[in-house]
Amino acid sequence: MDLDTLTGCLASSACLVTQTTSGFIIGMLLFLVAVGLTLIFGVLKVVNFSHGAFYMFGAYFAMTAYQLTGSFALAMLCGAAGTALLGLIFERVFMSRVYGRDVLMQVLVCYAFVLIFDDVVRMIWGPEFKSMGMPAAFQIPPLFIAGGVVPPYYLLLIAVALVAAIILGLGLARTRIGKVIRAAAHNPGMVSALGINTGLIYGGVFALGGMLAGLAGALAAPVRSLTPGMGFSVLIESFIVTVIGGMGSILGALIGALLIGMIRSFGSLGFPLFTEGLMYLFMVIVLVSRPTGLFGKEVA
Amino acid sequence: MTRTRKPGISRRSTLALMGAGAVTFATPWVARAQAKTIKVGMPTILSGRVAQLGTSSRNGVMLEVEKVNAAGGLAGRQIEMVIRDSKGQPQEAARVARELVNTDGCELLIDAEASSGAFAVHEVARDLGVLCIHTNSETSSLTADPKQHIPNAFRTARQGVHDSIVGGSYAAAIAKAKGLKKWATCSPDYAYGRDTTGEYVTYLKRFAPDVEIISESWPKLFQPDYTEVVTKILQAKPQALYSCLWGGDLTSYIDQANIYALFTQMEVFAVNMADYTALTVVKNLPKGIHSGNRYIKTYPATAENAAWGDAYKAKYGEYPTNWSWENATAIMLLAEASKKANSADGKKLAEALRGLKIKSPFGADGTVTMRAEDQTLIGYAIGWGTTIPQEPYVPEVKPGDWKTILELEAEWKKSKGYT
Repeated sequence: MDLDTLTGCLASSACLVTQTTSGFIIGMLLFLVAVGLTLIFGVLKVVNFSHGAFYMFGAYFAMTAYQLTGSFALAMLCGAAGTALLGLIFERVFMSRVYGRDVLMQVLVCYAFVLIFDDVVRMIWGPEFKSMGMPAAFQIPPLFIAGGVVPPYYLLLIAVALVAAIILGLGLARTRIGKVIRAAAHNPGMVSALGINTGLIYGGVFALGGMLAGLAGALAAPVRSLTPGMGFSVLIESFIVTVIGGMGSILGALIGALLIGMIRSFGSLGFPLFTEGLMYLFMVIVLVSRPTGLFGKEVA
Repeated sequence: MTRTRKPGISRRSTLALMGAGAVTFATPWVARAQAKTIKVGMPTILSGRVAQLGTSSRNGVMLEVEKVNAAGGLAGRQIEMVIRDSKGQPQEAARVARELVNTDGCELLIDAEASSGAFAVHEVARDLGVLCIHTNSETSSLTADPKQHIPNAFRTARQGVHDSIVGGSYAAAIAKAKGLKKWATCSPDYAYGRDTTGEYVTYLKRFAPDVEIISESWPKLFQPDYTEVVTKILQAKPQALYSCLWGGDLTSYIDQANIYALFTQMEVFAVNMADYTALTVVKNLPKGIHSGNRYIKTYPATAENAAWGDAYKAKYGEYPTNWSWENATAIMLLAEASKKANSADGKKLAEALRGLKIKSPFGADGTVTMRAEDQTLIGYAIGWGTTIPQEPYVPEVKPGDWKTILELEAEWKKSKGYT
């Protein structure tokens, strides 16, 4: 435990700015993955254990697009669009067959695909780790805000994730499609009886979830190494986020992800040997005091 | 009264046959020793996160086996490699090793496992008595600890303590010259990371006593994001940073530290940087990272080493790794030992290997030696230098001095109670 460093940091604006943005970066990427997970659970009532694979595919698609075109924007687009398509196909061909089945069956199907997707990546891109590299536009010195260090690329990353969060939140709350999705989450039988194609909604939601995870992977590709199986550790943290925020809640995913980001960021200063433990400890406290998570009652 | 013998096999001969059978099955390599080809078993990691290193081990071995076979094999017997995936799991490595000997009839073992698996395979070698060469485990105690010693096991990998002595003295010289007193460390949180960092810091402080470690970070192995580790180090404001992160973890760390301009704010010492697996993957390699040599075809700066690196690249389409040269060395040593012993028998080879000195592209002076007392490799090229973003990546390597290494290693062994 190193509480002196932590209190010293809290008293310094430079340290506060650096660590808070660091918490935001970790949190916002995690949010993009976790929100897809929570959305799929909220509507489809399936815990998608293969969700980490979409994060992985997003990163690989983006890297390939970047290598072929040299365009960062196109790389992000390919990462998101490619995983959306993959999500749609995966849901229509495989997942749609296990709705309403035993949870164990669903978990087994998802787990099988975790292994299959990892091997597919290994076959296409090879087993060795890869790096996409930082686009030239972002190879610039970091900004100094109130003495704190903030890399420009991370500002973009936070902005993109925030925009995605706002569009998603408003889209679900205000638009007709959003209302139909929420209705399908509450009572799919009634939605179906009203002549709405629930299969299409399910496919769409799965594609949206996949797309968000893919976008997270694409945004992470310039700063994280790409390797088969890279989705797994992200998936574990996403589960912690959804447990803390409440399964099915978008706001919960946002708050949960940011909390995890801050715990990692400030925890590494004050509790360097217990940062991971701190995350799980927080999850346990939430589970004991509010078993449905912080925003568990709200359903997407 | 005469005793009549019933036709067929008597009880006594049945027992004798069963006994002979049992002995044959228990020590099958004895029964097969006269076969024309000699099977060499090799458990290594061919799947999972470090598959690239296992593959490069296989490539290193195969490159040399082809040469040995073309030149007539081991004492006239062609080598047939039997290479199996252990998936990086120690219990699987042990199982595979046992199976290679008992079922596949391998007479020799090349143990191309990481440290965790190497100790497991070592126990199999102890049990079966088969000649085993550990090619990848750098954990010093594998050969330094007399409790581990068995006459039939050798090591052709570097040794952690050698690296720490050379790295520590190199860093101390720079620390003194540039006045680097405040240091931070950032290494993966498992046995290798903790041990290597501990030994490095010990020797750094020994050569530069006023060095102080002001911040330590222990990220998880395969952690995807190091942002909080990077910012923590920035907050601590050290003058120098040591890291033994490796592979994809190291490249992630560099990419993430780069955008915080960490490399412009302190001297960075990363022992595992100068390996092609990392050098060729990082797109924006910062200039001036200090690194130990792992495998680099420009050090030792000899025609033999460059030719070996190029031949490997021509055959496999990529540069060798640290594990490649360590595995190739095992075959080179076996070939020389079989000439010396005029035999491919495990016991005779082991006898010939002890103290064997061979010409090698990887030797500090053009030779490497299998030290007799603890059956581990010495005299290999070991040094540190700074990186540049393009080939040759580490243009100048400051060589470690083997006389000092051996003196300090002896002292270290004594301090550990090994001698």
